[in-house]
Amino acid sequence: MNFESTGAAPVLSVEQLTIELHGGAQTLVHDLSFDVHPGEFLAVVGESGSGKTMAARAILQLLPPGIAQIGGRIVFEGEDLGTRDVKAMRPIRGPGIGMVFQEPMVSLNPVHRIGEQMAEGLRMHTALSTPEIRARCLDMLRRVQIADPERCMDAYPHEFSGGMRQRIMLASVMLLAPRLLIADEPTTALDTLSQREVLDLMVGLAKDHGTAVLLITHNLGLVGRYAQRAIVLEKGRLVETGSVPGILIAPQQPYTRRLVDALPRRQASKPPADAAAQPLLQVRGLCVSYPGARAGLFKRHPPQHVIESLDLDIHAGEMVALVGGSGSGKTTLGRAILRLAASQGGQILFRGEDVRKADRAALRRFRLACQLVFQDPFSSLDPRMRVQDIVAEPLRHVPELDAPARARRVRETLDEVGLEQLGARYPHELSGGQRQRVAIARALVRRPAFVVADEPVSALDMTIQAQVLRLFQSLQAHHGFACLFISHDLAAVEQIADRVIVMERGRIVEQGTRDALFDAPRHGYTRALLEATPRPLASLASAEVEPLDERAFA
Amino acid sequence: MMKFKTHTLIGGALVAGLLVMALVAAAWTPYNPLGIDLRSKLQPPSASHWLGTDEFGRDVASRAMRAASTSCLVALLTVVLATSIGLLVGVVAGFVRGWTDRVLMALNDALLAFPGLLLALGVMVNVGANQWGIVLALSLAYAPSVVRVVRGTVLSLREREYVEASRMIGNSEAYTMWRHVLPNCIAPVAVLATSMFGWVLLSESALSFLGLGVPPPAPTWGNMLSSARPYMASAIWLCVVPGLCIALTLLGINLLGETLRDRLDPRTEKSS
Repeated sequence: MNFESTGAAPVLSVEQLTIELHGGAQTLVHDLSFDVHPGEFLAVVGESGSGKTMAARAILQLLPPGIAQIGGRIVFEGEDLGTRDVKAMRPIRGPGIGMVFQEPMVSLNPVHRIGEQMAEGLRMHTALSTPEIRARCLDMLRRVQIADPERCMDAYPHEFSGGMRQRIMLASVMLLAPRLLIADEPTTALDTLSQREVLDLMVGLAKDHGTAVLLITHNLGLVGRYAQRAIVLEKGRLVETGSVPGILIAPQQPYTRRLVDALPRRQASKPPADAAAQPLLQVRGLCVSYPGARAGLFKRHPPQHVIESLDLDIHAGEMVALVGGSGSGKTTLGRAILRLAASQGGQILFRGEDVRKADRAALRRFRLACQLVFQDPFSSLDPRMRVQDIVAEPLRHVPELDAPARARRVRETLDEVGLEQLGARYPHELSGGQRQRVAIARALVRRPAFVVADEPVSALDMTIQAQVLRLFQSLQAHHGFACLFISHDLAAVEQIADRVIVMERGRIVEQGTRDALFDAPRHGYTRALLEATPRPLASLASAEVEPLDERAFA
Repeated sequence: MMKFKTHTLIGGALVAGLLVMALVAAAWTPYNPLGIDLRSKLQPPSASHWLGTDEFGRDVASRAMRAASTSCLVALLTVVLATSIGLLVGVVAGFVRGWTDRVLMALNDALLAFPGLLLALGVMVNVGANQWGIVLALSLAYAPSVVRVVRGTVLSLREREYVEASRMIGNSEAYTMWRHVLPNCIAPVAVLATSMFGWVLLSESALSFLGLGVPPPAPTWGNMLSSARPYMASAIWLCVVPGLCIALTLLGINLLGETLRDRLDPRTEKSS
């Protein structure tokens, strides 16, 4: 396991790599050196702006225009790749170094069939005949557990989900059995279950072909589960190199420690809500369905049921987490409760009043008492408004506050989310974490009784995630609003929730207090979700929780 | 940023020159632009007539200056009217959707299907060939393309989460449309409006050329070009002057339009 001492020649050595924006306006990677040994699983850890993606692109000589490698060498199997021109790089890309990109939705060409795209690499780099190529593709699709590979070969990318596309992408890269596989955040866009499937397959395939893997990620959980060694980048500089799990248990550098500290961890549970009191929100038999596709001029296919007769209680001041994979209907449920999405049946009782049948005035009262925090802080703020105007806008509908009181409230709220200095800025002048704080301030400025937070931290960097999560938690404790926290990240849920509800295909399959659900899950789907969630702290604290054979090459 | 500076400078200088010319012409021109002097007809540029004289002995420089104010006023009014109609119809169609959208877009497509100039000709015949007729006719001809652009933009904007957030806050649909959707349509519309200014100038010239523009003897660049046609071989300055005026105006407007687009979007201020 310790590659440094075995003395085997590394498959890739990056030596003092320096990357700059043209003209030296900004140095993106400083003096970076690391080795990847044959068959090794190395993780490159860093937050956005750490230069991890640029380093990976430099290895393949695929730096975007305007960005150039100005120093250092990239030695692949004993040869400096910098000396090769575009044409000479071709035999390297593919059979030498394969790459899996982050966005499965755009990395496959939508106008070509899967079979054609997979065959491309083999046709270019090998002398195999067409039937042989087809046979190999089919084998590989079977290996990545695509159901009905024959049909898949003739299908187009849009017919597959993100997880399946990423598996197909992985299959086509591994067809050429590269010596090194670079995976740039390959599962960031996927839900927990697909993430686990893809990475398990990646590890298995790499083992089959003796491929070394360079996994670029911001997720320390994945590092803990899959990697043998990790290097940590901060703002283009290498800050720490170490073996896993050592680097997670005893980080040497302050930055690494900050990253490890940012991992969500469970906190003391609050006393349960008074079950006798009337719940703030009661959902009874809620149904949501989308009309079926048109099947003719007047006919439609039967409607698609997204949520089927669902019951749910949320007490005042309670933090309820709603978890499930993508397509489980959790976002739809949140929107249906807030009446942003239409529902087809059932009751939504807020303080005993059915908001599904509410008249204008009642709906208005409901809206005034409820708020939503969106997932994507980049599209939830109007780009043409200043932060203070965005936060002040909800107060339009609070007539009892006069202008000075409003200004005071806005200042107070910005203060609470730590943005007191930034009121005059526009959203584009803020970072993702700051934007999400603005969105939280906008949601809380009217002191709502109930907030739906739809994946509020999943678009953020990990240290920022931790900060925003803690902020949200302390604001909830301070103001005491009830919250439906929608998430696919069970690690975050473990930190924040009082009660957890697990949804699968539009139904609640399990619910219970956080401790009960995390420590003794009853339903198979809950167990699958929990197992797929990398929780390095839980597994490191008691090493036997995660069996060693799960670590790919041990 | 440097790249845009040159654009801005050249465009700004050209448009400023045009405006000064139009303003000065309203108060003073070297000669009366309508004054006929048959003794000095078709004279080449000289010290007394800088840009020569036309077939009736009228001073070309004076006429080009006066034409600048007429042509630009017509183009400006047309752009404002067409953009307003386009914004109104486009935002309503895109935001309300449903049958309103279908009916409005059907009408719009019917208008788009007509060649713009033909449509303008039809309107002119009914309204009468004068300045206001031109403005109305060209506005109707150009509004449909604005409607298309605005509706498309609105359709994408209404799916943004900040529009949903506005609803969540309790804002009415009309307020959401006014406060959050409309301002975010401005950038593409401003770009369209600047290039439209150029097209309108050309269309107005074309209409005048066909004899349906601003009625003579009042000069526009278009009718100056049109009446210069028979003398193309003998008195080349008669077409060069209005031609050059149109070309330089278009250049200036387009350069300035590019700057405008970058300025209107708060996001590009820093990144460019």
